[in-house]
Amino acid sequence: MADISNNFVGIKSPNPFWLASAPPTDKAYNVIRAFKAGWGGVVWKTLGEEGPPVVNVNGPRYGAIWGADRRLLGLNNIELITDRDLQVNLREIKQVKMDWPDRAIVVSLMVPCEEHAWKAILPVVEETGADGIELNFGCPHGMSERGMGSAVGQVPEYIEMVVRWCKANTRMPVITKLTPNITDIRKPARAALAGGTDAVSLINTINSITGVNLDSFAPEPTIDGKGSHGGYCGPAVKPIAMNMVAEIARDPETHGLPISGIGGITTWRDAAEFMALGAGNVQVCTAAMTYGFKIVQEMIAGLENWMDEKGHASLDDIVGRATPNVTDWQYLNLNYIAKAHIDQEACIKCGRCHIACEDTAHQAITAIVDGVRHFEVIEAECVGCNLCVNVCPVENCITMEPLAAGVIDQRTGRPVSPIYANWTTHPNNPMAKVAAE
Amino acid sequence: MATGHFKQGIAGGRLSPEQYADNFSDLHPPLDDHEALVESDRCYFCYDAPCMNACPTSIDIPLFIRQISTGNPIGSAKTIFDQNILGGMCARVCPTETLCEEVCVREVAEGKPVQIGRLQRYATDVAMAENKQFYPRAAPTGKTVAVVGAGPAGLAAAHRLARHGHDVTILEARPKAGGLNEYGIAAYKSIDNFAQAEVDYVTSIGGIDIQNGKALGRDYQLSDLTRNYDAVFLGMGLGGVNALRADGEDAQGVTNAVEFIAELRQASDLASLPVGRRVVVIGGGMTAIDAAVQSKLLGAEEVTICYRRGQEHMNASEFEQDLAAANGVIIRHWLQPKRVIAEGGKVSGIELEYTAMDGDKLVGTGERLTLTADQVFKAIGQSFVPAALNGSGALLALEAGRIKVDAEGRTSLANVWAGGDCIFGGDDLTVSAVAQGRDAAESIHRALTSNGRA
Repeated sequence: MADISNNFVGIKSPNPFWLASAPPTDKAYNVIRAFKAGWGGVVWKTLGEEGPPVVNVNGPRYGAIWGADRRLLGLNNIELITDRDLQVNLREIKQVKMDWPDRAIVVSLMVPCEEHAWKAILPVVEETGADGIELNFGCPHGMSERGMGSAVGQVPEYIEMVVRWCKANTRMPVITKLTPNITDIRKPARAALAGGTDAVSLINTINSITGVNLDSFAPEPTIDGKGSHGGYCGPAVKPIAMNMVAEIARDPETHGLPISGIGGITTWRDAAEFMALGAGNVQVCTAAMTYGFKIVQEMIAGLENWMDEKGHASLDDIVGRATPNVTDWQYLNLNYIAKAHIDQEACIKCGRCHIACEDTAHQAITAIVDGVRHFEVIEAECVGCNLCVNVCPVENCITMEPLAAGVIDQRTGRPVSPIYANWTTHPNNPMAKVAAE
Repeated sequence: MATGHFKQGIAGGRLSPEQYADNFSDLHPPLDDHEALVESDRCYFCYDAPCMNACPTSIDIPLFIRQISTGNPIGSAKTIFDQNILGGMCARVCPTETLCEEVCVREVAEGKPVQIGRLQRYATDVAMAENKQFYPRAAPTGKTVAVVGAGPAGLAAAHRLARHGHDVTILEARPKAGGLNEYGIAAYKSIDNFAQAEVDYVTSIGGIDIQNGKALGRDYQLSDLTRNYDAVFLGMGLGGVNALRADGEDAQGVTNAVEFIAELRQASDLASLPVGRRVVVIGGGMTAIDAAVQSKLLGAEEVTICYRRGQEHMNASEFEQDLAAANGVIIRHWLQPKRVIAEGGKVSGIELEYTAMDGDKLVGTGERLTLTADQVFKAIGQSFVPAALNGSGALLALEAGRIKVDAEGRTSLANVWAGGDCIFGGDDLTVSAVAQGRDAAESIHRALTSNGRA
């Protein structure tokens, strides 16, 4: 049986599934339910400094987009950090950690960008026995207007500075949570590393408006006729998050920096993909908020079954396994040629592959052959773009089949070369590196 | 004295009022908003969609379903009505299981087609509930067209002609308009007087004058119409019912299924409708099923359909056969009627002969079977009665007993078009009658507005 126990920067948990800092981890009641359901750890919802707590809006905090059958695909929120008293939170964290010593409890923090504020909060958090802290440099709404959250996360120098303060003032591991609302995720990651962070976690939520009410002409969620951009998360953001995880994992400057992967993780498969790209563990929020805590049972069993099936003994066997295969476009093999193939047995003749290719791509799929509806790839036109695969409603009906070396590509009339060749040496590239004579 | 199901002979009041109401409620209840959204999400928006090609009126089904899924049922209804102004009734009575839904790619993929008929009903119900009229009439042309019969073909033709600015007079033999929609559909397929509501919706366009109680050949002749109108459309359906060709079929209790169905549709109190305790229906089409199922729903104890060929030859769709079976109707195959047995002039049973195929020919095997019955329904097809066309001078050409038309619905007589069940080459479906009426109207319009009339 595969061992899925997790050791992330020294923080141990029975599995790599943590709940992210968010409403599900705002108080002991929820966290205890999560631990009972089987979650390996939590990042306690962000604490602010001592004093009157923040206040939230009293209207809708969430907006969403949906797929077929109203399946939630993306969620956005305008909730702030915890609006509960600091001391209440600290007492609960201490009690829960005592009661659940085998589970990870990391405390998310956000205080003003001044050293004394961080110096004040770190010892009281340390006193709870929590396993570590996560610096919330990502929250994109409300707190950022007050110079915190993503207002810090968008300035690498601030990140480095605050991380340095924290490392200097606590023995706890420091995880720096990054905002995706930047141009190049590698810059804040490098800054966090320079400040001495033990790990980064990403992504936080993405600035978003989920909809516009066409009667009131107000963005949603709407508070008394007005709306504000909120943080977007859920399955829809997963591709964006995975790219950012991979960018940090493969950046020579941050390679090896532990990453806690966040962003739309809903199933064991999503988690395995994040870990393969370099995440040492994962954090989940929207999936739990959509379906409840029980989903972790599917995640645990699914990950174990897959690892058993593939012969992966521990998480170390999978973390970062896909990272070396993430490369720049210029290094992709231009001599690799694939053609779409339609399994006629599986085809239900909806014609979507045809119309997608005909209207918007390369006119490489038939509609009528010998007077009957028949959808077949015209290899002489097919550039192997994969659009038909993606629009086909039947799984595995259309597949991309690579041409073997030596086979004639019907489109170009030339044989497939067995030699790897990329853009850097391509004759059409004016910047091509010419091999030394 | 036995009561209810077990009352002997042909009798009414077999059920409680609640049972009648329950038995004749909507066969396919309407989808609510949520159900319609979920179901519309299942449509793949196919290219050159098979459903659309299977629809005799060529409704753009993927488009109207997409309009439902995007919260635009009014736009969806227009997409439907553009092709089929009787889309509301067709949504209820079309054998979708042998048309659009049979070829739905999700039927191919998983044996569960998108419920196109119920989605069509959803959209058309929304538009009709607010009497949303999509088609303004064109400027008056001054042309007049007579339409014989206010059934699906006649109504579809009249609407399209009125839209083009012609003035239409519909001459209808029966007291109400609607044709088989009003008189010929099983009651549980068209509840709440929908047929009349649809007639009102269609005629709201204006320029359509329906005159009831006017029968061709009785009250006027075809030559009167060709003389007094610029064009004539014949859509009078089928007036005759095929005989059993069995001895004793004039016994009391041998009933014409078409009349039974019409009577049931017009009944204000179902309990007043008499039905036999043991009913035998002769036939294998939709009419046979409708008569059999409704007999059962009226409280008959035992209902048997006897069909002279095999299950695979039945005109009734598989869905209809299943519906009959689910209602407790027994369907027996390879049996043809030979003799109606009567006692005191009243039916007491029917003697049938087993049949078999001898090469291409159906033959009796000589083996006989007698079923006890106090009512026998004839549902072995209807026929066109050409007599009404006589006395009008030149005779219309017929083909296999029905009116011969060309691809545009033109008959052999100048200025006379025809469509619906009365023409040769149709398939006796409401939706096909609508298509023929609509297309004939376009042909008439072309003829009336071009130089040199047709």
